[in-house]
Amino acid sequence: MKLTLRVWRQQNADAPGTMATYPVDGISEDMSFLEMLDTLNEELTLKGEEPVAFDHDCREGICGACSLVINGDAHGPERTTTCQLHMRSFDDGDTIDVEPWRAAAFPVVKDLVVDRSAFDRIIQSGGYISAPTGAAPEAHSTPVPKPDADFAFEHAECIGCGACVAACPNGSAMLFTSAKINHLNVLPQGAPERETRVLDMVAQMDEEGFGGCTLTGECATACPKGIPLPSIAAMNKEWLRATRKVSR
Amino acid sequence: MTEYAHYGTGAPVSDTKAPQGPVAERWDTRRFEARLVNPANRRKHTVIVVGTGLAGGAAGATLAEQGYHVVQFCYQDSPRRAHSIAAQGGINAAKNYRNDGDSVHRLFYDTVKGGDFRARESNVHRLAQISVEIIDQCVAQGVPFAREYGGLLDTRSFGGVQVSRTFYARGQTGQQLLLGAYQALSRQIAAGTVEMHPRTEMLDLIVVDGTARGIVARDLITGKIDTYFADAVVLASGGYGNVFYLSTNAMNSNATAIWRAHRRGAHFANPCFTQIHPTCIPRTGDHQSKLTLMSESLRNDGRIWVPRAQGDARPANEIPEDERDYYLERIYPAFGNLVPRDIASRAAKNVCDEGRGVGPGGQGVYLDFADAIARMGRKAVEEKYGNLFDMYARITAEDPYETPMRIYPAVHYTMGGLWVDYDLQTTIPGLFAIGEANFSDHGANRLGASALMQGLADGYFVLPSTISDYLARHPHHDAVDAAHPAVAETVAATRERLERLLAVDGDRTADSFHREIGELMWEFCGMARTEEGLRKALDRIPQIREEFWRRIKVPGTGEEFNQSLERANRIVDYLELAELMCLDALHRAESCGGHFREESQTPEGEAARRDEEFGYAAAWEFTATGVAPVLHKEDLVFEYVHPTQRSYA
Amino acid sequence: MARTLLKSTVGKKTIMAVSGLIMLMYLVVHMLGNLKIFFGAGEFNHYAHWLRTLGEPFLHYEWALWLIRVVLVAAVVAHAVSAYQLSRLDRRARPVAYAHKRRRASYATRTMRWGGIILALFIVWHLLDLTTGTVHPGGFQEGHPYQNVVDTFSTWYSGVIYIVAMLALGLHIRHGFWSAAQTLGAGNATRDRVLKATANALALVLTVGFIAVPVAVMTGVVS
Repeated sequence: MKLTLRVWRQQNADAPGTMATYPVDGISEDMSFLEMLDTLNEELTLKGEEPVAFDHDCREGICGACSLVINGDAHGPERTTTCQLHMRSFDDGDTIDVEPWRAAAFPVVKDLVVDRSAFDRIIQSGGYISAPTGAAPEAHSTPVPKPDADFAFEHAECIGCGACVAACPNGSAMLFTSAKINHLNVLPQGAPERETRVLDMVAQMDEEGFGGCTLTGECATACPKGIPLPSIAAMNKEWLRATRKVSR
Repeated sequence: MTEYAHYGTGAPVSDTKAPQGPVAERWDTRRFEARLVNPANRRKHTVIVVGTGLAGGAAGATLAEQGYHVVQFCYQDSPRRAHSIAAQGGINAAKNYRNDGDSVHRLFYDTVKGGDFRARESNVHRLAQISVEIIDQCVAQGVPFAREYGGLLDTRSFGGVQVSRTFYARGQTGQQLLLGAYQALSRQIAAGTVEMHPRTEMLDLIVVDGTARGIVARDLITGKIDTYFADAVVLASGGYGNVFYLSTNAMNSNATAIWRAHRRGAHFANPCFTQIHPTCIPRTGDHQSKLTLMSESLRNDGRIWVPRAQGDARPANEIPEDERDYYLERIYPAFGNLVPRDIASRAAKNVCDEGRGVGPGGQGVYLDFADAIARMGRKAVEEKYGNLFDMYARITAEDPYETPMRIYPAVHYTMGGLWVDYDLQTTIPGLFAIGEANFSDHGANRLGASALMQGLADGYFVLPSTISDYLARHPHHDAVDAAHPAVAETVAATRERLERLLAVDGDRTADSFHREIGELMWEFCGMARTEEGLRKALDRIPQIREEFWRRIKVPGTGEEFNQSLERANRIVDYLELAELMCLDALHRAESCGGHFREESQTPEGEAARRDEEFGYAAAWEFTATGVAPVLHKEDLVFEYVHPTQRSYA
Repeated sequence: MARTLLKSTVGKKTIMAVSGLIMLMYLVVHMLGNLKIFFGAGEFNHYAHWLRTLGEPFLHYEWALWLIRVVLVAAVVAHAVSAYQLSRLDRRARPVAYAHKRRRASYATRTMRWGGIILALFIVWHLLDLTTGTVHPGGFQEGHPYQNVVDTFSTWYSGVIYIVAMLALGLHIRHGFWSAAQTLGAGNATRDRVLKATANALALVLTVGFIAVPVAVMTGVVS
């Protein structure tokens, strides 16, 4: 396959950026999108140009590092991570636009790499169950109904890639935040911190400069792990409940 | 033949921390004997933890909970992305919830036997004991393990054992356990007890007056090289499987932290013990950047087969039942498709070598779910393995519900690592290694679902108990002087190495060298090894190293975000580590577990151990690049599980 | 609690949802009242008069009406202020647009902001036209709503303004009702279809119900 790539190049956080055009040739349909970029980078390096910086690690769709907006879609046209997107999803001769996640809370570090530490701070604000090592009771002392366990798992699948924010026209992090809140709040182990968790995490989310939710549903469409849109409604419910119960 | 292979043998190493007495009581004994640090004094102790995977994340969180001041590092942009996240199948624990005859002793026995009698009994028994607490801990953290309709935890069986003791969270157990540890760590970061440095890579170890006192690390965004000091350093930086270039490791998983520690005096044990995982998706071409694992749990319900005839090019579903060879079920009727990984991998290699492999290049065997779908129904199969099937379909564009999956072995895990004593301390006082970075528990072959168990056991329970002994005995009241010659030398060496990489300005990329060394290792130090091949590799590696320093091209500068520089610097270490792996494989003229020397096999083609000569762990001491290292043997004593020829037939 | 509501984006959304639902309830009643026009001037004017005497003798003449008006104004202001604040936050959260443009979300979703502004302008016109009579075409007669309505829609532009606004209202309700349900936590996977169907039905019924009046006047059914 022969393709034309238009890639966002930006030297560092403070430098201005621009879309640069690169032709690539000899691309196999079995390549992943990142392997295609590897090919480009090998060529650029040998030509003495700087290769395109992009985040990636596990390349099996679970670490959440890869983060490209491809032709306007977070992670590209298939519902998966960029590393699991294969070139067979494109046609010979295509022009492909590759951009970084765009959000005020995710500043560009270089080229296609952005800073997603805002997500870590949201988790730090309450996305955990306080269970110091050694303090745990026997695992079977609290049964968890299977539907609740499944609900928790479905939301715990979030890989923290940030595609939801990238896809949202408001740069909102509601889907990410709700996924963690729903995972922990439905479990009996998460009950003692149920109210403070949702209030603190939502407050931190706002603090980081993410936008509000207008329920466009773009986040859930882009989510490679299929975190469902009703996750947001479930979080809102938790938040309203906590707001009623806790006076601040 | 280079002079590198003419290694000398030094004094044996011995594990002086391991307590004596009945194996089941040793951990209690050690915990009682270990000195403690007064809770009020703990915050005065700084501990550096490198890595935020299951071992590192768990250790950082737990040490901080105990009151220590933790300074933690990861090269990823977030501690949540460590490669433990990719572990799929599950975590073993001797809970015996199934009432199927499991016990701590059986898990201990299975692990020692599965490791082909090259692991320490004391360590393995401790691991089996702690396995039970891990499940409790993780459930308390909210890890959403699979559950039955009654609300209790579900388990499944895994390779190499006949009980059902593997706890799981669909095909994403590693992810869920890691997020549990990450969340515990996040709680401590918020509390200010853990100082987290993401996108910061350790490049060297600072050893002052014989003890580990800090690290040199590079901020990957700004390129700034900094020193960090502590009272103890814990390496939880994972394994070194990426020396093979193609492996199931993450692209950036690397050996730099442990290799630099090795160069500073930490012995490296059993480097040739690498695990080749039998169920990975076969490669498709030269562009391949990594291999993807399909969980071993698939072997619970999938049946592995190849055509009986050589070169049978018919599609799988056109090959009639009597022309298929379900070779694992045929050769190992007792364990069938659930034989340990090393055996399954080698069997796949053998049938492919016979010309009966399937798929492009004949490098693959079928993993067939037709029977399982007929027996359990498609819905049940989806429920159990849905995400794995989806992943397979995504990568290969084939539907595994309709046509059997094609799988092939790939490098997955390294049992070898830094030599540690019972306290998980390396031969450098104050330097600890936990998780895959150490060599301790799996011997020559790791059983499925045991890596998660070991990482969490080390991180949550073992290290936090044993490190207090070291800290109590070495109260470093005075801070390290940044102007100390040892510090200055370490920083200067790091800077010089990076500057040298940037200065060569040659005509080959870092990846091209990585590929070359990887292919060499896969050919000569992979699934089957021979003296001749290993000697060839030992001849070739110094040549590649020389060429590397002549022809490497690293664009950009060191004072910026520079992924080419990161990669090239890791390859510097692979080029030395590869040599040690080949030497270790050459010196161990026996077959055991994942290390298969063709010269040492039974008439049936199974690995033949030679316990009298090689019943030891080989701990190598670094001398200089390209110069023969010194071998220190640690004799392995088996009081409870007596070495026998492993049999899974 | 009040502070949490006012400070948080989720709180602002809650305010929008609640105020939106209040307005929606009013609209349903308003539309049903409008339909009385089909039963002739007497019944329509009598209904309009009854609205002023609602609650008597406990309440004074027009008190109930004013009470409703106050609540409605509060809802409109809360709705608009929250929308304005959220829009500013949203724009600030996404300062750089993608170079590769692509059509996103449904029409109803994308038009919430513009639709809201159109509706706000419409309400001003609508009040000046039929409540105060300031911009009423022809002589506005206090107490003769039937005649006023017929006069208004006898001009083509009034009919057009009204119909366009009601179409915008339909779109606004279509996304707004469902969205409000999500914000108030009523949404979940099993209920989603019911909520969406309800939103569609409400949007359709209100739009058709409101548009029926100008169409009837313009076609001469009501005169």
